[in-house]
Amino acid sequence: MTTALAERRVPGGPPRESRVARWVGRAWFYLPAVVVFVGTIALWEIVVRNVQIRAFPLPAPTQIADALQQNWSAGRWPLSKAATATLFEAIGGLAIGTTAGIGVAFVTARFTTARELLLPLSIGAGAVPIIAFAPLMNNWFGVLNPLSKMMIVAVLVFFPVVINMIRGLTQVDPAALELMRSYASSEWAILRKLRVPNALPYFFTALKVGTTLSLIGAIVGEYFGGSSEVLGRVIVQSASALRFDVTWAAIVLSAATGIVFYLAVVAIERLVIPWHASVRGHEP
Amino acid sequence: MTSEASPTPDSVVRIAGLDKVFSRDGRVVTTALQGIDLHIRRGEFVSLIGPSGCGKSTLLRLIGDLTEPTSGTVTINGKPAPQARRDRDYGMVFQAPVLFDWRTVEDNVKLPLELMGYDRRRREARAHEMLELVELGEFLHHHPYQLSGGMQQRVAIARALAFEPSILLMDEPFGALDEMTRERMNQEVLRIWERTGITVVFVTHSIPEAVFLSSRVVVMSARPGRITDVIEIDLPRPRDVETREQPRYFERITDVREALRRGGGGSEPGDIASSDRAMAEGGIG
Repeated sequence: MTTALAERRVPGGPPRESRVARWVGRAWFYLPAVVVFVGTIALWEIVVRNVQIRAFPLPAPTQIADALQQNWSAGRWPLSKAATATLFEAIGGLAIGTTAGIGVAFVTARFTTARELLLPLSIGAGAVPIIAFAPLMNNWFGVLNPLSKMMIVAVLVFFPVVINMIRGLTQVDPAALELMRSYASSEWAILRKLRVPNALPYFFTALKVGTTLSLIGAIVGEYFGGSSEVLGRVIVQSASALRFDVTWAAIVLSAATGIVFYLAVVAIERLVIPWHASVRGHEP
Repeated sequence: MTSEASPTPDSVVRIAGLDKVFSRDGRVVTTALQGIDLHIRRGEFVSLIGPSGCGKSTLLRLIGDLTEPTSGTVTINGKPAPQARRDRDYGMVFQAPVLFDWRTVEDNVKLPLELMGYDRRRREARAHEMLELVELGEFLHHHPYQLSGGMQQRVAIARALAFEPSILLMDEPFGALDEMTRERMNQEVLRIWERTGITVVFVTHSIPEAVFLSSRVVVMSARPGRITDVIEIDLPRPRDVETREQPRYFERITDVREALRRGGGGSEPGDIASSDRAMAEGGIG
Protein backbone atom coordinates (compact mmCIF):
# COMPACT_ATOMS: atom_id res chain seq x y z
CA MET A 1 0.00 0.00 0.00
CA THR A 2 2.59 2.51 1.05
CA THR A 3 4.81 1.61 -1.85
CA ALA A 4 2.03 2.30 -4.28
CA LEU A 5 1.40 5.62 -2.59
CA ALA A 6 4.94 6.76 -3.20
CA GLU A 7 4.45 6.44 -6.90
CA ARG A 8 1.25 8.41 -6.97
CA ARG A 9 0.93 11.94 -8.08
CA VAL A 10 -1.61 14.36 -6.86
CA PRO A 11 -4.60 14.05 -9.18
CA GLY A 12 -4.77 17.08 -11.40
CA GLY A 13 -1.02 17.43 -11.71
CA PRO A 14 1.40 19.82 -10.08
CA PRO A 15 0.08 22.75 -8.04
CA ARG A 16 -1.39 25.39 -10.31
CA GLU A 17 0.15 28.77 -10.72
CA SER A 18 -2.13 31.69 -10.20
CA ARG A 19 -3.97 32.98 -13.25
CA VAL A 20 -2.03 36.23 -13.22
CA ALA A 21 1.30 34.43 -13.05
CA ARG A 22 0.32 32.31 -16.02
CA TRP A 23 -0.67 35.33 -18.08
CA VAL A 24 2.54 37.09 -17.20
CA GLY A 25 4.48 33.98 -18.19
CA ARG A 26 2.64 33.77 -21.46
CA ALA A 27 3.14 37.46 -22.26
CA TRP A 28 6.84 37.09 -21.47
CA PHE A 29 7.00 34.11 -23.86
CA TYR A 30 5.50 36.04 -26.75
CA LEU A 31 7.20 39.36 -26.02
CA PRO A 32 10.28 38.92 -28.27
CA ALA A 33 8.12 38.02 -31.27
CA VAL A 34 5.87 41.02 -30.69
CA VAL A 35 8.85 43.34 -30.29
CA VAL A 36 10.44 42.14 -33.54
CA PHE A 37 7.15 42.47 -35.41
CA VAL A 38 6.32 45.94 -34.17
CA GLY A 39 9.94 47.02 -34.61
CA THR A 40 9.98 45.92 -38.24
CA ILE A 41 6.78 47.80 -39.01
CA ALA A 42 8.09 50.92 -37.27
CA LEU A 43 11.40 50.73 -39.09
CA TRP A 44 9.59 50.34 -42.41
CA GLU A 45 7.47 53.42 -41.64
CA ILE A 46 10.51 55.49 -40.62
CA VAL A 47 12.59 54.46 -43.63
CA VAL A 48 9.83 55.15 -46.16
CA ARG A 49 9.11 58.56 -44.65
CA ASN A 50 12.67 59.76 -44.27
CA VAL A 51 14.42 58.27 -47.27
CA GLN A 52 11.73 59.70 -49.52
CA ILE A 53 11.08 56.51 -51.39
CA ARG A 54 8.42 57.32 -53.96
CA ALA A 55 5.24 56.28 -52.24
CA PHE A 56 3.83 54.09 -54.94
CA PRO A 57 6.39 51.28 -55.19
CA LEU A 58 6.62 50.91 -51.43
CA PRO A 59 3.94 52.64 -49.39
CA ALA A 60 4.50 53.18 -45.69
CA PRO A 61 2.57 50.96 -43.26
CA THR A 62 0.30 53.86 -42.36
CA GLN A 63 -0.59 54.37 -46.04
CA ILE A 64 -1.39 50.68 -46.35
CA ALA A 65 -3.56 50.91 -43.27
CA ASP A 66 -5.33 53.91 -44.81
CA ALA A 67 -5.90 52.00 -48.05
CA LEU A 68 -7.20 49.07 -46.10
CA GLN A 69 -9.64 51.25 -44.23
CA GLN A 70 -10.83 53.26 -47.22
CA ASN A 71 -11.33 50.24 -49.44
CA TRP A 72 -12.74 48.00 -46.73
CA SER A 73 -16.27 47.90 -48.05
CA ALA A 74 -16.46 50.68 -50.63
CA GLY A 75 -14.97 51.68 -53.96
CA ARG A 76 -13.76 49.72 -56.91
CA TRP A 77 -11.96 47.18 -54.72
CA PRO A 78 -14.08 46.26 -51.68
CA LEU A 79 -11.44 44.37 -49.73
CA SER A 80 -13.59 42.70 -47.09
CA LYS A 81 -15.89 41.32 -49.74
CA ALA A 82 -12.92 40.11 -51.77
CA ALA A 83 -11.32 38.41 -48.78
CA THR A 84 -14.58 36.70 -47.88
CA ALA A 85 -15.03 35.42 -51.43
CA THR A 86 -11.45 34.13 -51.60
CA LEU A 87 -11.70 32.50 -48.19
CA PHE A 88 -14.93 30.84 -49.32
CA GLU A 89 -13.13 29.37 -52.33
CA ALA A 90 -10.24 28.24 -50.14
CA ILE A 91 -12.47 26.56 -47.58
CA GLY A 92 -14.58 24.90 -50.26
CA GLY A 93 -11.52 23.65 -52.09
CA LEU A 94 -9.92 22.44 -48.89
CA ALA A 95 -13.09 20.54 -48.06
CA ILE A 96 -13.24 18.90 -51.50
CA GLY A 97 -9.53 18.05 -51.60
CA THR A 98 -9.51 16.77 -48.04
CA THR A 99 -12.56 14.59 -48.54
CA ALA A 100 -11.11 13.09 -51.71
CA GLY A 101 -7.74 12.65 -50.02
CA ILE A 102 -9.25 10.88 -47.02
CA GLY A 103 -11.25 8.59 -49.29
CA VAL A 104 -8.23 7.64 -51.38
CA ALA A 105 -6.12 7.16 -48.23
CA PHE A 106 -8.66 4.76 -46.71
CA VAL A 107 -8.88 2.65 -49.84
CA THR A 108 -5.13 2.75 -50.30
CA ALA A 109 -4.33 1.85 -46.73
CA ARG A 110 -6.72 -1.07 -46.82
CA PHE A 111 -5.95 -2.66 -50.18
CA THR A 112 -2.45 -3.19 -51.52
CA THR A 113 -3.66 -3.23 -55.11
CA ALA A 114 -5.28 0.14 -54.63
CA ARG A 115 -2.03 1.44 -53.22
CA GLU A 116 -0.18 0.40 -56.35
CA LEU A 117 -2.81 1.98 -58.58
CA LEU A 118 -3.68 5.15 -56.72
CA LEU A 119 -0.44 6.23 -55.12
CA PRO A 120 1.35 7.03 -58.40
CA LEU A 121 -1.70 8.98 -59.46
CA SER A 122 -1.71 10.94 -56.22
CA ILE A 123 1.98 11.65 -56.53
CA GLY A 124 1.35 12.75 -60.10
CA ALA A 125 -1.41 15.08 -58.97
CA GLY A 126 0.90 16.45 -56.31
CA ALA A 127 3.70 17.03 -58.82
CA VAL A 128 1.67 19.13 -61.26
CA PRO A 129 2.60 22.81 -60.90
CA ILE A 130 -0.71 24.32 -59.95
CA ILE A 131 -0.22 27.24 -62.35
CA ALA A 132 -0.45 24.74 -65.21
CA PHE A 133 -3.81 23.55 -63.95
CA ALA A 134 -5.46 26.88 -63.23
CA PRO A 135 -6.51 27.91 -66.75
CA LEU A 136 -7.85 24.42 -67.39
CA MET A 137 -10.00 24.40 -64.28
CA ASN A 138 -11.34 27.84 -65.16
CA ASN A 139 -12.27 26.41 -68.52
CA TRP A 140 -13.83 23.22 -67.17
CA PHE A 141 -15.92 24.62 -64.34
CA GLY A 142 -16.57 28.11 -65.66
CA VAL A 143 -14.34 31.07 -65.00
CA LEU A 144 -17.02 32.88 -62.97
CA ASN A 145 -17.97 29.82 -60.97
CA PRO A 146 -16.19 29.70 -57.58
CA LEU A 147 -16.06 25.93 -58.10
CA SER A 148 -13.29 26.42 -60.67
CA LYS A 149 -11.08 27.97 -57.97
CA MET A 150 -12.13 25.35 -55.44
CA MET A 151 -11.03 22.59 -57.78
CA ILE A 152 -7.61 24.20 -58.15
CA VAL A 153 -7.36 24.31 -54.37
CA ALA A 154 -8.60 20.73 -54.12
CA VAL A 155 -5.86 19.45 -56.45
CA LEU A 156 -3.31 21.35 -54.40
CA VAL A 157 -4.32 20.04 -50.97
CA PHE A 158 -5.17 16.51 -52.12
CA PHE A 159 -1.63 15.19 -52.10
CA PRO A 160 -0.54 16.19 -48.58
CA VAL A 161 -3.79 14.83 -47.21
CA VAL A 162 -3.35 11.47 -48.96
CA ILE A 163 0.26 11.05 -47.88
CA ASN A 164 -0.34 12.04 -44.28
CA MET A 165 -3.50 9.97 -43.92
CA ILE A 166 -1.89 6.86 -45.37
CA ARG A 167 0.89 7.30 -42.88
CA GLY A 168 -1.49 7.78 -40.00
CA LEU A 169 -3.58 4.77 -40.93
CA THR A 170 -0.70 2.39 -41.56
CA GLN A 171 2.06 3.45 -39.19
CA VAL A 172 0.44 1.92 -36.18
CA ASP A 173 2.37 0.49 -33.25
CA PRO A 174 2.80 -3.23 -34.11
CA ALA A 175 2.27 -4.09 -30.46
CA ALA A 176 -1.09 -2.31 -30.57
CA LEU A 177 -2.05 -4.47 -33.54
CA GLU A 178 -1.04 -7.59 -31.61
CA LEU A 179 -3.11 -6.40 -28.69
CA MET A 180 -6.12 -6.03 -30.95
CA ARG A 181 -5.38 -9.43 -32.41
CA SER A 182 -5.31 -10.96 -28.94
CA TYR A 183 -8.85 -9.63 -28.51
CA ALA A 184 -9.79 -11.36 -31.77
CA SER A 185 -11.05 -8.02 -33.08
CA SER A 186 -12.25 -7.52 -36.63
CA GLU A 187 -10.46 -5.38 -39.23
CA TRP A 188 -13.32 -2.94 -38.92
CA ALA A 189 -12.85 -2.63 -35.16
CA ILE A 190 -9.11 -2.16 -35.65
CA LEU A 191 -9.84 0.61 -38.13
CA ARG A 192 -12.27 2.37 -35.84
CA LYS A 193 -10.55 1.94 -32.51
CA LEU A 194 -6.92 2.10 -33.55
CA ARG A 195 -6.13 3.28 -37.07
CA VAL A 196 -8.44 6.27 -37.27
CA PRO A 197 -7.51 7.78 -33.89
CA ASN A 198 -3.87 7.11 -34.73
CA ALA A 199 -4.32 9.03 -38.01
CA LEU A 200 -5.88 12.12 -36.42
CA PRO A 201 -2.63 13.96 -35.62
CA TYR A 202 -1.41 13.25 -39.16
CA PHE A 203 -4.69 14.52 -40.51
CA PHE A 204 -4.37 17.80 -38.67
CA THR A 205 -0.83 18.22 -39.92
CA ALA A 206 -2.17 17.89 -43.46
CA LEU A 207 -5.01 20.26 -42.71
CA LYS A 208 -2.70 22.93 -41.33
CA VAL A 209 -0.50 22.71 -44.40
CA GLY A 210 -3.73 22.79 -46.39
CA THR A 211 -4.91 26.12 -44.98
CA THR A 212 -2.00 28.07 -46.42
CA LEU A 213 -1.94 26.02 -49.61
CA SER A 214 -5.65 26.59 -50.15
CA LEU A 215 -5.29 30.38 -50.06
CA ILE A 216 -2.36 30.23 -52.45
CA GLY A 217 -4.38 28.01 -54.77
CA ALA A 218 -7.43 30.23 -54.65
CA ILE A 219 -5.47 33.42 -55.35
CA VAL A 220 -3.45 31.83 -58.16
CA GLY A 221 -6.69 30.60 -59.71
CA GLU A 222 -8.12 34.09 -59.51
CA TYR A 223 -5.17 35.52 -61.43
CA PHE A 224 -6.41 33.63 -64.45
CA GLY A 225 -9.73 35.39 -64.46
CA GLY A 226 -13.09 35.36 -62.81
CA SER A 227 -15.17 37.61 -60.63
CA SER A 228 -13.34 40.88 -59.94
CA GLU A 229 -14.30 40.98 -56.26
CA VAL A 230 -11.75 38.47 -55.05
CA LEU A 231 -8.27 39.05 -53.59
CA GLY A 232 -6.40 37.75 -56.63
CA ARG A 233 -8.19 40.08 -59.02
CA VAL A 234 -7.84 43.03 -56.65
CA ILE A 235 -4.09 42.46 -56.52
CA VAL A 236 -3.77 42.20 -60.32
CA GLN A 237 -6.04 45.13 -61.09
CA SER A 238 -4.83 47.55 -58.44
CA ALA A 239 -1.23 46.86 -59.43
CA SER A 240 -1.93 47.56 -63.07
CA ALA A 241 -3.70 50.75 -62.00
CA LEU A 242 -0.54 51.64 -60.05
CA ARG A 243 -2.52 51.74 -56.81
CA PHE A 244 0.16 49.90 -54.89
CA ASP A 245 -1.28 50.97 -51.57
CA VAL A 246 -4.37 48.91 -52.40
CA THR A 247 -2.22 46.04 -53.70
CA TRP A 248 -0.37 46.01 -50.41
CA ALA A 249 -3.58 46.23 -48.47
CA ALA A 250 -4.86 43.17 -50.33
CA ILE A 251 -1.60 41.31 -49.66
CA VAL A 252 -1.75 42.14 -45.96
CA LEU A 253 -5.37 41.07 -45.88
CA SER A 254 -4.67 37.75 -47.59
CA ALA A 255 -1.88 37.05 -45.12
CA ALA A 256 -4.19 37.93 -42.24
CA THR A 257 -6.90 35.70 -43.67
CA GLY A 258 -4.40 32.86 -43.96
CA ILE A 259 -3.32 33.30 -40.36
CA VAL A 260 -6.90 33.34 -39.09
CA PHE A 261 -7.71 30.25 -41.15
CA TYR A 262 -4.65 28.47 -39.78
CA LEU A 263 -5.43 29.42 -36.19
CA ALA A 264 -9.00 28.21 -36.60
CA VAL A 265 -7.68 24.78 -37.60
CA VAL A 266 -5.24 24.81 -34.69
CA ALA A 267 -8.13 25.58 -32.34
CA ILE A 268 -10.12 22.66 -33.74
CA GLU A 269 -7.06 20.44 -33.42
CA ARG A 270 -6.75 21.31 -29.76
CA LEU A 271 -10.36 20.41 -29.17
CA VAL A 272 -10.17 17.11 -31.05
CA ILE A 273 -6.77 15.72 -30.02
CA PRO A 274 -5.90 17.33 -26.68
CA TRP A 275 -4.01 14.14 -25.78
CA HIS A 276 -1.43 14.45 -28.54
CA ALA A 277 2.15 15.49 -27.83
CA SER A 278 2.00 18.27 -30.43
CA VAL A 279 -0.91 19.87 -28.63
CA ARG A 280 -0.31 19.36 -24.92
CA GLY A 281 2.42 21.43 -23.35
CA HIS A 282 2.54 23.65 -26.41
CA GLU A 283 2.48 26.82 -24.38
CA PRO A 284 4.55 27.75 -21.36
CA MET B 1 -3.42 -40.05 -28.99
CA THR B 2 -6.89 -39.57 -27.60
CA SER B 3 -5.56 -39.38 -24.08
CA GLU B 4 -3.09 -36.79 -25.36
CA ALA B 5 -5.84 -34.58 -26.77
CA SER B 6 -8.28 -34.74 -23.89
CA PRO B 7 -7.08 -32.38 -21.20
CA THR B 8 -6.68 -33.32 -17.60
CA PRO B 9 -9.31 -31.38 -15.64
CA ASP B 10 -6.88 -28.79 -14.32
CA SER B 11 -4.75 -28.39 -17.44
CA VAL B 12 -4.91 -24.93 -19.00
CA VAL B 13 -1.97 -25.01 -21.39
CA ARG B 14 -0.85 -28.19 -23.07
CA ILE B 15 1.96 -28.00 -25.58
CA ALA B 16 3.09 -31.11 -27.46
CA GLY B 17 5.96 -31.57 -29.89
CA LEU B 18 6.08 -27.91 -30.78
CA ASP B 19 8.55 -26.67 -33.39
CA LYS B 20 8.83 -23.17 -34.74
CA VAL B 21 11.00 -22.50 -37.75
CA PHE B 22 11.40 -19.13 -39.39
CA SER B 23 12.08 -19.52 -43.08
CA ARG B 24 12.46 -17.25 -46.04
CA ASP B 25 11.86 -18.40 -49.63
CA GLY B 26 11.44 -21.94 -48.37
CA ARG B 27 14.85 -21.89 -46.71
CA VAL B 28 15.15 -22.36 -42.97
CA VAL B 29 16.60 -19.20 -41.46
CA THR B 30 16.25 -19.91 -37.74
CA THR B 31 14.97 -22.80 -35.71
CA ALA B 32 13.39 -20.76 -32.97
CA LEU B 33 11.92 -23.64 -31.00
CA GLN B 34 12.43 -27.37 -31.14
CA GLY B 35 10.50 -30.17 -29.51
CA ILE B 36 8.71 -28.17 -26.86
CA ASP B 37 6.48 -30.10 -24.47
CA LEU B 38 4.90 -28.23 -21.60
CA HIS B 39 1.84 -28.53 -19.42
CA ILE B 40 0.60 -25.71 -17.26
CA ARG B 41 -2.02 -26.36 -14.60
CA ARG B 42 -4.86 -24.06 -13.72
CA GLY B 43 -3.79 -21.32 -11.34
CA GLU B 44 -0.07 -21.86 -11.86
CA PHE B 45 2.44 -19.05 -12.19
CA VAL B 46 5.00 -20.20 -14.74
CA SER B 47 8.01 -18.16 -15.84
CA LEU B 48 9.93 -18.74 -19.05
CA ILE B 49 13.56 -17.75 -18.67
CA GLY B 50 16.56 -18.01 -20.94
CA PRO B 51 19.15 -16.06 -22.87
CA SER B 52 18.20 -13.68 -25.68
CA GLY B 53 17.21 -15.63 -28.74
CA CYS B 54 16.11 -18.76 -26.87
CA GLY B 55 12.61 -18.31 -28.20
CA LYS B 56 10.86 -17.63 -24.90
CA SER B 57 8.88 -14.74 -26.34
CA THR B 58 8.11 -16.82 -29.43
CA LEU B 59 6.80 -19.58 -27.17
CA LEU B 60 4.57 -17.08 -25.40
CA ARG B 61 3.32 -15.78 -28.74
CA LEU B 62 2.59 -19.33 -29.85
CA ILE B 63 0.57 -19.96 -26.71
CA GLY B 64 -1.35 -16.75 -27.42
CA ASP B 65 -1.83 -17.58 -31.12
CA LEU B 66 -0.03 -14.43 -32.22
CA THR B 67 2.09 -16.65 -34.44
CA GLU B 68 1.61 -20.17 -35.81
CA PRO B 69 3.65 -23.27 -35.00
CA THR B 70 5.56 -25.05 -37.74
CA SER B 71 4.55 -28.35 -36.21
CA GLY B 72 3.12 -29.62 -32.96
CA THR B 73 0.05 -28.50 -31.05
CA VAL B 74 -0.92 -25.85 -28.55
CA THR B 75 -4.06 -26.67 -26.62
CA ILE B 76 -5.68 -24.13 -24.34
CA ASN B 77 -8.52 -25.23 -22.10
CA GLY B 78 -8.91 -28.26 -24.35
CA LYS B 79 -9.19 -26.13 -27.52
CA PRO B 80 -6.69 -25.32 -30.25
CA ALA B 81 -5.00 -21.97 -29.63
CA PRO B 82 -6.77 -20.06 -32.48
CA GLN B 83 -10.11 -21.11 -31.04
CA ALA B 84 -8.99 -20.02 -27.58
CA ARG B 85 -8.06 -16.62 -28.97
CA ARG B 86 -11.45 -16.24 -30.63
CA ASP B 87 -13.02 -17.22 -27.30
CA ARG B 88 -11.01 -14.45 -25.65
CA ASP B 89 -9.16 -16.75 -23.29
CA TYR B 90 -6.03 -14.58 -23.27
CA GLY B 91 -5.08 -11.44 -21.49
CA MET B 92 -1.84 -10.01 -22.87
CA VAL B 93 0.68 -7.68 -21.26
CA PHE B 94 3.66 -6.64 -23.35
CA GLN B 95 6.96 -5.04 -22.46
CA ALA B 96 5.56 -1.65 -23.45
CA PRO B 97 2.21 -0.77 -21.87
CA VAL B 98 0.66 -0.21 -25.35
CA LEU B 99 -1.96 2.17 -24.01
CA PHE B 100 -3.90 4.26 -26.49
CA ASP B 101 -2.86 7.89 -26.06
CA TRP B 102 -6.27 9.16 -27.07
CA ARG B 103 -8.08 7.25 -24.36
CA THR B 104 -8.20 8.02 -20.67
CA VAL B 105 -7.00 5.38 -18.21
CA GLU B 106 -10.59 4.26 -17.71
CA ASP B 107 -11.32 4.08 -21.43
CA ASN B 108 -8.14 2.11 -22.06
CA VAL B 109 -9.32 -0.53 -19.63
CA LYS B 110 -12.73 -0.48 -21.31
CA LEU B 111 -11.25 -1.13 -24.77
CA PRO B 112 -11.47 -4.95 -24.71
CA LEU B 113 -14.89 -4.74 -23.08
CA GLU B 114 -16.19 -2.57 -25.93
CA LEU B 115 -14.83 -5.04 -28.46
CA MET B 116 -16.43 -7.92 -26.63
CA GLY B 117 -19.83 -6.33 -26.44
CA TYR B 118 -20.16 -5.65 -22.72
CA ASP B 119 -22.96 -3.18 -22.08
CA ARG B 120 -22.15 0.29 -20.76
CA ARG B 121 -22.98 -0.48 -17.15
CA ARG B 122 -20.84 -3.59 -16.99
CA ARG B 123 -17.98 -1.88 -18.83
CA GLU B 124 -17.92 0.83 -16.26
CA ALA B 125 -18.22 -1.51 -13.31
CA ARG B 126 -15.45 -3.81 -14.57
CA ALA B 127 -13.11 -0.93 -15.44
CA HIS B 128 -13.53 0.62 -12.00
CA GLU B 129 -13.10 -2.70 -10.27
CA MET B 130 -9.92 -3.51 -12.19
CA LEU B 131 -8.42 -0.08 -11.63
CA GLU B 132 -9.14 -0.42 -7.93
CA LEU B 133 -7.38 -3.77 -8.06
CA VAL B 134 -4.21 -2.18 -9.45
CA GLU B 135 -4.67 0.77 -7.08
CA LEU B 136 -5.26 3.37 -9.74
CA GLY B 137 -8.84 4.13 -8.76
CA GLU B 138 -8.11 7.85 -8.54
CA PHE B 139 -6.67 8.06 -12.03
CA LEU B 140 -9.71 7.14 -14.10
CA HIS B 141 -9.73 10.34 -16.09
CA HIS B 142 -6.02 10.78 -16.55
CA HIS B 143 -4.40 10.24 -19.90
CA PRO B 144 -1.53 7.74 -20.19
CA TYR B 145 1.09 10.46 -20.69
CA GLN B 146 0.26 11.80 -17.25
CA LEU B 147 1.30 8.53 -15.59
CA SER B 148 4.70 7.08 -14.75
CA GLY B 149 5.97 3.94 -16.52
CA GLY B 150 5.02 1.69 -13.62
CA MET B 151 1.52 3.13 -13.42
CA GLN B 152 1.06 2.70 -17.16
CA GLN B 153 2.01 -0.94 -16.89
CA ARG B 154 -0.53 -1.35 -14.08
CA VAL B 155 -3.20 0.07 -16.39
CA ALA B 156 -2.12 -2.51 -18.98
CA ILE B 157 -2.55 -5.26 -16.38
CA ALA B 158 -6.00 -3.95 -15.43
CA ARG B 159 -6.93 -3.94 -19.12
CA ALA B 160 -5.68 -7.51 -19.56
CA LEU B 161 -7.71 -8.74 -16.61
CA ALA B 162 -10.86 -6.75 -17.33
CA PHE B 163 -12.63 -9.37 -19.44
CA GLU B 164 -11.71 -12.22 -17.11
CA PRO B 165 -9.48 -14.23 -19.43
CA SER B 166 -8.51 -17.66 -18.17
CA ILE B 167 -4.83 -17.12 -18.81
CA LEU B 168 -2.58 -14.08 -18.50
CA LEU B 169 0.40 -13.90 -20.87
CA MET B 170 3.09 -11.44 -19.83
CA ASP B 171 6.05 -10.75 -22.11
CA GLU B 172 8.80 -9.11 -20.06
CA PRO B 173 6.26 -6.68 -18.66
CA PHE B 174 8.68 -4.97 -16.28
CA GLY B 175 11.80 -5.09 -18.43
CA ALA B 176 11.70 -1.35 -19.03
CA LEU B 177 11.25 -0.39 -15.38
CA ASP B 178 13.89 0.51 -12.86
CA GLU B 179 14.80 -2.06 -10.22
CA MET B 180 12.81 -0.54 -7.38
CA THR B 181 9.67 -0.15 -9.41
CA ARG B 182 10.13 -3.63 -10.79
CA GLU B 183 10.23 -5.21 -7.33
CA ARG B 184 7.14 -3.28 -6.35
CA MET B 185 5.37 -4.42 -9.51
CA ASN B 186 6.37 -8.02 -8.77
CA GLN B 187 4.74 -7.73 -5.39
CA GLU B 188 1.66 -6.27 -6.98
CA VAL B 189 1.40 -8.98 -9.63
CA LEU B 190 1.59 -11.63 -6.94
CA ARG B 191 -1.16 -9.95 -4.98
CA ILE B 192 -3.37 -9.81 -8.08
CA TRP B 193 -2.55 -13.38 -8.97
CA GLU B 194 -3.43 -14.56 -5.47
CA ARG B 195 -6.64 -12.60 -5.53
CA THR B 196 -7.84 -13.68 -8.98
CA GLY B 197 -6.40 -17.18 -9.17
CA ILE B 198 -5.63 -16.67 -12.85
CA THR B 199 -3.04 -18.79 -14.66
CA VAL B 200 0.02 -16.72 -15.57
CA VAL B 201 2.76 -17.36 -18.12
CA PHE B 202 5.52 -14.84 -17.58
CA VAL B 203 8.54 -14.23 -19.80
CA THR B 204 11.55 -12.64 -18.14
CA HIS B 205 15.28 -12.08 -18.32
CA SER B 206 15.64 -11.72 -14.61
CA ILE B 207 16.41 -14.74 -12.43
CA PRO B 208 15.32 -13.07 -9.14
CA GLU B 209 12.07 -11.99 -10.71
CA ALA B 210 11.34 -15.48 -12.03
CA VAL B 211 12.14 -17.12 -8.68
CA PHE B 212 10.21 -14.62 -6.61
CA LEU B 213 7.04 -14.87 -8.69
CA SER B 214 6.77 -18.40 -9.97
CA SER B 215 5.49 -21.74 -8.91
CA ARG B 216 7.66 -23.18 -11.67
CA VAL B 217 10.49 -21.72 -13.71
CA VAL B 218 10.95 -23.10 -17.22
CA VAL B 219 14.60 -22.76 -18.23
CA MET B 220 15.30 -22.49 -21.95
CA SER B 221 18.43 -22.46 -24.08
CA ALA B 222 19.13 -20.95 -27.46
CA ARG B 223 19.86 -22.26 -30.96
CA PRO B 224 17.67 -24.17 -31.23
CA GLY B 225 15.33 -22.90 -28.52
CA ARG B 226 14.37 -25.75 -26.23
CA ILE B 227 13.39 -26.42 -22.64
CA THR B 228 16.39 -27.65 -20.70
CA ASP B 229 15.00 -27.66 -17.19
CA VAL B 230 11.89 -27.02 -15.16
CA ILE B 231 12.50 -25.91 -11.60
CA GLU B 232 9.85 -26.03 -8.89
CA ILE B 233 9.97 -22.98 -6.66
CA ASP B 234 8.86 -24.23 -3.28
CA LEU B 235 9.00 -20.92 -1.45
CA PRO B 236 6.08 -20.40 0.92
CA ARG B 237 3.26 -18.06 0.02
CA PRO B 238 2.27 -15.34 0.36
CA ARG B 239 5.65 -14.05 -0.67
CA ASP B 240 6.82 -10.59 0.30
CA VAL B 241 9.96 -8.57 1.00
CA GLU B 242 10.99 -11.16 3.58
CA THR B 243 10.94 -13.86 0.93
CA ARG B 244 13.77 -12.13 -0.85
CA GLU B 245 15.94 -12.55 2.21
CA GLN B 246 15.38 -16.25 2.85
CA PRO B 247 18.23 -18.69 2.21
CA ARG B 248 15.89 -20.87 0.18
CA TYR B 249 15.23 -17.98 -2.16
CA PHE B 250 18.95 -17.72 -2.89
CA GLU B 251 19.18 -21.49 -3.28
CA ARG B 252 16.49 -21.40 -5.97
CA ILE B 253 18.22 -18.51 -7.67
CA THR B 254 21.38 -20.58 -7.75
CA ASP B 255 19.42 -23.56 -9.12
CA VAL B 256 18.05 -21.49 -11.95
CA ARG B 257 21.40 -19.90 -12.66
CA GLU B 258 23.11 -23.27 -12.85
CA ALA B 259 20.36 -24.66 -15.02
CA LEU B 260 20.85 -21.73 -17.38
CA ARG B 261 24.59 -22.33 -17.45
CA ARG B 262 24.13 -26.01 -18.23
CA GLY B 263 21.61 -25.21 -20.92
CA GLY B 264 23.87 -22.57 -22.35
CA GLY B 265 26.40 -25.26 -23.38
CA GLY B 266 25.07 -25.30 -26.91
CA SER B 267 25.70 -21.68 -27.70
CA GLU B 268 28.82 -19.63 -28.08
CA PRO B 269 30.66 -18.30 -25.01
CA GLY B 270 29.85 -14.74 -25.99
CA ASP B 271 26.18 -15.51 -25.69
CA ILE B 272 26.52 -16.91 -22.22
CA ALA B 273 28.43 -13.86 -21.11
CA SER B 274 25.88 -11.45 -22.49
CA SER B 275 22.88 -13.37 -21.21
CA ASP B 276 24.50 -13.63 -17.81
CA ARG B 277 24.95 -9.93 -17.78
CA ALA B 278 21.31 -9.48 -18.67
CA MET B 279 20.32 -11.79 -15.87
CA ALA B 280 22.67 -10.26 -13.36
CA GLU B 281 20.81 -6.99 -13.75
CA GLY B 282 18.24 -8.40 -11.33
CA GLY B 283 21.03 -8.52 -8.78
CA ILE B 284 20.88 -10.32 -5.50
CA GLY B 285 22.21 -7.49 -3.37
